[in-house]
Amino acid sequence: MQINLLYFARLREAFQTGQETLTLPDSIQNVADLVAHLSARGGIWANELAANQVFRVAVDQDLADFSTPLHEGAEVAIFPPVTGG
Amino acid sequence: MDTLSLQPISISVQTADFDLGQEVDTLSQSDHSIGALVSFVGLVRDLNLAADVVSLELEHYPGMTEKALQYIAQEATLRWSLKGVRIIHRIGNLRPGERIVMVLTAGAHRHAAYEANTFIMDYLKTRAPFWKKEWTPEGPRWVAARENDASAAARWHQIVSERYGNDDHD
Repeated sequence: MQINLLYFARLREAFQTGQETLTLPDSIQNVADLVAHLSARGGIWANELAANQVFRVAVDQDLADFSTPLHEGAEVAIFPPVTGG
Repeated sequence: MDTLSLQPISISVQTADFDLGQEVDTLSQSDHSIGALVSFVGLVRDLNLAADVVSLELEHYPGMTEKALQYIAQEATLRWSLKGVRIIHRIGNLRPGERIVMVLTAGAHRHAAYEANTFIMDYLKTRAPFWKKEWTPEGPRWVAARENDASAAARWHQIVSERYGNDDHD
């Protein structure tokens, strides 16, 4: 499936991109699979998405968890804990 | 969903400043059964941790921000008897002393308006996708999320669950 990935704030700066379109292998079905897939890029990706790091994921603009399923055309965002207000 | 949103909810995410008096007038004049209106205004501080903050840069996630604020306001209207909710959150560059966020909650009586207002701010701080970057004389620094904010939102979850037996959120 193909998804649209967005990154915000500190993670946008760390990854040096705010957006990418990704075609995923069939084995990737949920958020946990996607995070593992991105971590496998190594370097900053592996560091920022490691198990001891705190980050949030939204699917179609709703906060998600690791078990949230992905679908064709999904908008998936990865960002640090929010600090508004 | 429409049957649940009889109370007017108005959300704005904007770079411009806002006029509190004008916002209060607009909401209070919209419905004369309103007997209590609570307003919260958040300001940019010049001191966070140790550094002198020269300015603050607010980044957000367009689309999700509005959706999250709408959801939070809707949750408040489901839990308290309200006659209106108005939320304004600013984005872009702000200086110390400037207004950054406003929450108005209106109801027939004050208790609902007070509680709902605090609820909205606690949830906004943990669920609405905004990020603050502080500019200090030493350079920029992303503000780290506070554990206090997460526990404040969790406390509401507990209170609401106990009071209304409603545990289907979060």
